[in-house]
Amino acid sequence: MTTPSTGYRKPIPYVDEVSKTYWKGAQRGELLVQQCKGCGQRQFYPRPLCAKCWSTDLEWLRCSGQGTVHSFTLTYQNGQPGFREELPYVFALIDLDEGPRVTANIVGGKPEQVKIGMRVSAAFDWISPEIRLLRFRPV
Amino acid sequence: MAAISGKSAIVGVNEYPKRRDPTVTALQIHALCAKAALEEAGLTKDDVDGYFTSGVGGMPTVAMCEFLGLRPTYVDSTSIGGSSFVSHVGHAAGAIASGLCNVALITYGSTSWSQLTAIGTGGRAQGDYWDQFEVPYGPTTVGSYALAAQRYEHEFGGTVEKRAEVSVATRKWAQLNPDAMFREPLTIEDVVKSRVISSPLRFFECCVISDGGGAVVMTSAERARDLKQKPVYILGVGEAVSHTSMNQMADLLTIPAKVSGEKAFRLAGLKPADIQVAEIYDSYTITVLLSLEGLGFCKRGEAADFVKGQRTAPGGAFPLNTDGGGLSSNHPGMRGIFTVIEATRQLRGQRGKAQVKDAKVALCHGTGGSLSSGATAILSIESR
Repeated sequence: MTTPSTGYRKPIPYVDEVSKTYWKGAQRGELLVQQCKGCGQRQFYPRPLCAKCWSTDLEWLRCSGQGTVHSFTLTYQNGQPGFREELPYVFALIDLDEGPRVTANIVGGKPEQVKIGMRVSAAFDWISPEIRLLRFRPV
Repeated sequence: MAAISGKSAIVGVNEYPKRRDPTVTALQIHALCAKAALEEAGLTKDDVDGYFTSGVGGMPTVAMCEFLGLRPTYVDSTSIGGSSFVSHVGHAAGAIASGLCNVALITYGSTSWSQLTAIGTGGRAQGDYWDQFEVPYGPTTVGSYALAAQRYEHEFGGTVEKRAEVSVATRKWAQLNPDAMFREPLTIEDVVKSRVISSPLRFFECCVISDGGGAVVMTSAERARDLKQKPVYILGVGEAVSHTSMNQMADLLTIPAKVSGEKAFRLAGLKPADIQVAEIYDSYTITVLLSLEGLGFCKRGEAADFVKGQRTAPGGAFPLNTDGGGLSSNHPGMRGIFTVIEATRQLRGQRGKAQVKDAKVALCHGTGGSLSSGATAILSIESR
């Protein structure tokens, strides 16, 4: 487990009532998505109802953390503190094996080697005492 | 044809001519353009009973009506990004056709250049709920479009050389527009060799950052015939929204233009082949390619071929962004209104060296946010 960072300058997520279960899962290193008991739809990010059928009967599904790069970009320009020191960083969309698509950075490899279709695996890093942030690493 | 088709017309337009003007404020641009557009129409502020704007504070129309001394009985602050003002044209057309207002004024102003606003690369602060799942990872506006461009390259083999056709053709139109921000010659090689901003998108594939704004005045087709300008009739309109977070976009290569365009063509009783001049929001080269496909000018995956060989340049088969677009002329942040102003001037035959000969039907299309929204309007010099 990575220790909580000091001097972390990127935005730290604001957690609320709807999202707190997701972030509790992240603290344990678990990637949680919602599954609708009404229509079976799986969704990310969490909502108070199923965005497809509007059922409020939702359960949490623990994902394997395995996924495929759907698309990505190497960001060469962003003036925001925390990011401007790390250019180029990889901003990516990952299709989870369980279905939903999530946004995250791909870390732990050369940015230039990231490709669409590449297999990646979830990793969680502490960025504050409360928040453990999802990232992906090449498999 | 639908009940709104041909029932309203654009009767006055004005665009702020300067692109770099540290002496002007955004509110001044709204005011000066509003006054000039009404004068061009032969109307006064007291005729205005419908007002539309976006991008000004939390209650845009309330704030601007106070500032301008307007007391309309119909207001609309629809904010769907850069496409908002095309959407306003649609909403005004509906309001005029149904009698909810008779003279509609749409205004826009922004000083992004003077304020050094990094529109595409500034990074995002957290504001809304969904930001907690995207903002920690460093999204930028250009980055969102780059995700689509990367996917486009993967699926269809489109390359920077192919997308560069759009930048180069648009620059040629800008060379015919004395007000355009950048008018120096631009080659495919210049685009290909320019630095990467967010891969695969390069510097010359991104719109400029300027000051500017404009205004549009609309009224009923009946009243329009008695005013100073040749009326430009609204034949069809459409709008659509799809997502704000890129992870919620079902298909990165199908943008809201598909839905908004189909509706606009259906209401107008027209098809893409009927369009003689197109003004399509060009925030990035990829925006144009995806819009051309979404609007039905070509099939999915074929836009790179569609724009090949400078087909959209002056003298080409498909005149596109004839004012020099956002890629070369101006982009104060939300460019949609300029697509309407330029289309109107083309249909009136006022564009001098950039005039598309005998243009009778034009299409305006705005894209907002991160490919998040689309608004389409089909305009004609004939009410049909």
